Amino acid sequence: MYPVTTIHYLALSAALLLIGTVGVLTRRNIVVILMSIELILNAVNINLVAFSHAFRAVNGQIFAIFVITDAVAEAAVGLGILIALFRNKETVLADEVDLLKW
Amino acid sequence: MVTMNFLDQIGWIPLFPLLGAVLMLAFGKLLDPQREEQGPGAAGQGPALRGLIGLICPGMVLISFLLSCGAVWQVARTPGRIHQVIQFTWVAGLPFQMANGHSALFQADWGFLLDPLSAVMILIVTGIGFLIHVYSVGYMAHDGGYYRFFGYLNLFVFFMLMLVLANNYALLFVGWEGVGLCSYLLIGFYFHKKSAADAGKKAFVMNRVGDAGFILGMLLMLWVLGTVRFTDVNALLRGGGFQPEVAGFGVLSAMSLLMFVGATGKSAQVPLYTWLPDAMEGPTPVSALIHAATMVTAGVYMVARSAALFQLTPGTSMIVATIGAFTAILAASIALVQNDIKRVLAYSTVSQLGYMFVALGVGAYWVAVFHLFTHAFFKALLFLGSGSVIHALGGEQDMRRMGALWKRIPVTHGTMLAGSVAIAGIPGFAGFFSKDEILWQAYSAPNGGTILWMVGLATAGLTAFYMFRLMYMTFYGASRVTAEKEKHIHESPRVMTVPLTVLALGSAFAGWLGTPKLWHLSASFRAFENWLAPAFATAEGVEHLASAEWILMGLSVAVALAGIGVARYFYSIRTDIPERLAQTWRPVYTVLYNKWYVDELYDFLFVNGLGKGLGRSCSAFDRDVVDGGVNGAGWLTRFISWLSIWWDTWIVDGAVRLTSFLVKALSYPVCVLQTGRVQAYAFYVVIGFLAFFGYYVTR
Repeated sequence: MYPVTTIHYLALSAALLLIGTVGVLTRRNIVVILMSIELILNAVNINLVAFSHAFRAVNGQIFAIFVITDAVAEAAVGLGILIALFRNKETVLADEVDLLKW
Repeated sequence: MVTMNFLDQIGWIPLFPLLGAVLMLAFGKLLDPQREEQGPGAAGQGPALRGLIGLICPGMVLISFLLSCGAVWQVARTPGRIHQVIQFTWVAGLPFQMANGHSALFQADWGFLLDPLSAVMILIVTGIGFLIHVYSVGYMAHDGGYYRFFGYLNLFVFFMLMLVLANNYALLFVGWEGVGLCSYLLIGFYFHKKSAADAGKKAFVMNRVGDAGFILGMLLMLWVLGTVRFTDVNALLRGGGFQPEVAGFGVLSAMSLLMFVGATGKSAQVPLYTWLPDAMEGPTPVSALIHAATMVTAGVYMVARSAALFQLTPGTSMIVATIGAFTAILAASIALVQNDIKRVLAYSTVSQLGYMFVALGVGAYWVAVFHLFTHAFFKALLFLGSGSVIHALGGEQDMRRMGALWKRIPVTHGTMLAGSVAIAGIPGFAGFFSKDEILWQAYSAPNGGTILWMVGLATAGLTAFYMFRLMYMTFYGASRVTAEKEKHIHESPRVMTVPLTVLALGSAFAGWLGTPKLWHLSASFRAFENWLAPAFATAEGVEHLASAEWILMGLSVAVALAGIGVARYFYSIRTDIPERLAQTWRPVYTVLYNKWYVDELYDFLFVNGLGKGLGRSCSAFDRDVVDGGVNGAGWLTRFISWLSIWWDTWIVDGAVRLTSFLVKALSYPVCVLQTGRVQAYAFYVVIGFLAFFGYYVTR
C-alpha cells in the first residue's frame, strides 16, 4: 500500500478545483453554482491543510478555518441574494439574469 | 335802486345755452321719448313734456339775450366802450422762442372781451337766435328727435357766443371749431337720409381746410407777436413797431392771408364755398340760424376783429376784396337758375357774404359788420319764410310746384316780401343802406376801384332778379301745386309767424341805423358807424363829390328796380320767356344750372385726383416699399436662418455626432463581450487566469 503523500492531496485538490470551475462556468442553476464555489474553496482548504501537514506549520490550518468561516458568510449572503432575486424575477437560472451590462 | 353790474358777468352769457344743451342732451330723451326712426310727420306723444323742451331752450337763449342787452347798455357808458373780463388762465405758459429770438410764454386766457364789435355780434346771435328758437318750436313740432334738435341748437348758441366774446384767438378758435361741430351735427340732423349725412361730412371736411389756414395764421402770429390776446395784438400792431407791407409780401401778409383762408372756409367764399348750398339738407331753422345769420358770418367777424392786421397788409386786403367780389357774382349767377327754394337762398347767402368781404377788403370794416347785421335780419327772415312755405306745402321745396300762394299764406307772404325788398336794395329797407354803403366804399375807398364797384352793381341786379324770381314763382302767377298738396296748404301757427313778423320789422327798419352821410340826417341815424368807430380806428375816407355818390346811389336803385322788373316780366307776364331763353342759351343755362361744375371739378381734382390718387400712391408705396422692405427683411432673415440651420445641422451637430459615432464604433468590440451573464464574466476570469498562468509557466 502506497503512503498518502502531499502529491495525492494536491491531485485531489486540483481535481476538485477543476470540477468546481467547470461547475461554476457551465451550470445554469445558481444554487449549483454556489455549491461549485464551495468545491473550489474546499480544494483550496485541502491544499492549505496538506501543506500545513507537510511543513509542520499550523498557519495553513488557521487559514483553512478562516476560509471555512468566509465560505459560510459567503453562502449566507449568496443565498440571501438568490432569494431576493427569486422574489423579483421568479427564476434561479443564471443565464436568465443578464442585467449586468451596458 | 340796485343796479346789476352786467359787464363783469359777461362770462355768464354763453353758459345759459350750454346749460340748456347739457340738459337736453343728458335728459331730453326722458322728456321726449319719441323714436327717431318715425321721422317727420310722426305724431308726438306727451305734448306737455315736449312743451317743456320748447320752454327751456328758447328761454335759455332769452336769458342770454337779456344779459347781453344789459351788458351792451352798460358798455356803451364805459369810456372807450371796451370791457375785458379774464376769468382764469386757460393755457398756462408754454415757453417758446419768438421770431426775434426772445423767449416768450404762450398763454391763453379764459377771458371775454366786450367791445362795440362783439356787442353787435352777441345781440345778433342771442336776439335772432332767440327768434329762430321760438320759430323752431312750431317748425319742428312734428319731427322726431325734438330734444336732440334743441340740444344741438343751444350748444351752437353757446359756441357762437364763445366765438364772438373770446378775448383771444385761441379761445375764439374753440368757439370756431365748436360751431363747426354743431353745424355738422345739424346739417346731418336727418341722418337717416344719405344726402344729409354726406352734406354734413362735406361741410366738416371743407371747414377743416380753412381751419388749417387759421391755425397756421394763429401760430405765425404767436411766433411774430408772442401773444394772441386781441388787445395786446392790436396794441403791438398799432404801436408803430410794424410798417404797412405796401410793396412786398412779408410775414404780416402771410399771417393775414392764412387767417383769411380760415375765413373763406367758415364764411363760404371761393374756393371753399361749395359746402354751404349742400348744408341746406339740414332743417330750415338751422339754415336760418347757422348758415345765414350767424355762423357763416364768423369769418367776417374774425377778419373785422383782425382789422389792425389787415390794415397793415394792403396786399391781402386786395385779395380779400377780389375773392369777395368774385364769390358774390359767381354765387348770384348760380342762384339765377336754381329751382329749389332753399338753394336759391343758400347761393344768395354766399353772394351776400361776398359783399361783406368786399367791404372788409377795401377797409370799410364797419360797413361789413353793418351788412352782416342787416343781412342777419333779412336772410334769417327769408329762410324762416321759406321754411314756412315748405311747412305749408308739406315738405315741397321745388319752386316749379308752387305758385299763387300769397292768398293762402298771407303772413308768410307779407314778411317774405319785406325780406326780398330788403335784400334787393329798395330804398328805405335795411339791405339798401348796407349794400349801397358797400358799393360806395368799393368805388371810393383807396383800395377799391371801378371794377369792384361794377361787379358789385351787377351782383345787385342779379340779386334783385333772383329774389323776385323766387317771389313770383312761389307766391304769384298760376298755382302749380299738386292736387294732393293743395288740400294741405295752411298758414303756419303763431309761434312761427310772430318771429317772422319781428324779423320783417327788423328787415324794414334796421338799416336806418346807418344812413348815408350824404343824407345829412341826425347822428342817431348814423349810430352804427359811430358805435363801431372805436373798434377799428379807420382813417377817414377821401372826400368825394357829393354828386358822384348820388349818381352811384341812383344807379344801384335803378339796377335793383330793373332786376325786379325783369323778374316780373319773365315770371308773371310772359311766363314762356324763361323756357325759351333756357333753350336759346342752352350751354350757359346748363353751366349755371350745374353750378359752374365746381363740385364736379373738385370731385375730379381733389376727391378723385388728389384724394384717391394720393390714396392709391400711398397704398402702392405701402405695398411695394414699406411692405417690400418688411418682406425683404423677412426673406433675408429666413435666408440667414436657413444658412445658420445648415451650419448647425451639418457642421456643429456633425462634429458632435461624428465624435459620438467614433466612440461608439471603437467601443463596439468591447461591448460585445459584456453580455450581462455572470457566467460569461466568470469564464473571462478563468481565461485570464489561464493566460497569465500559461505565460508564467511557459516563460
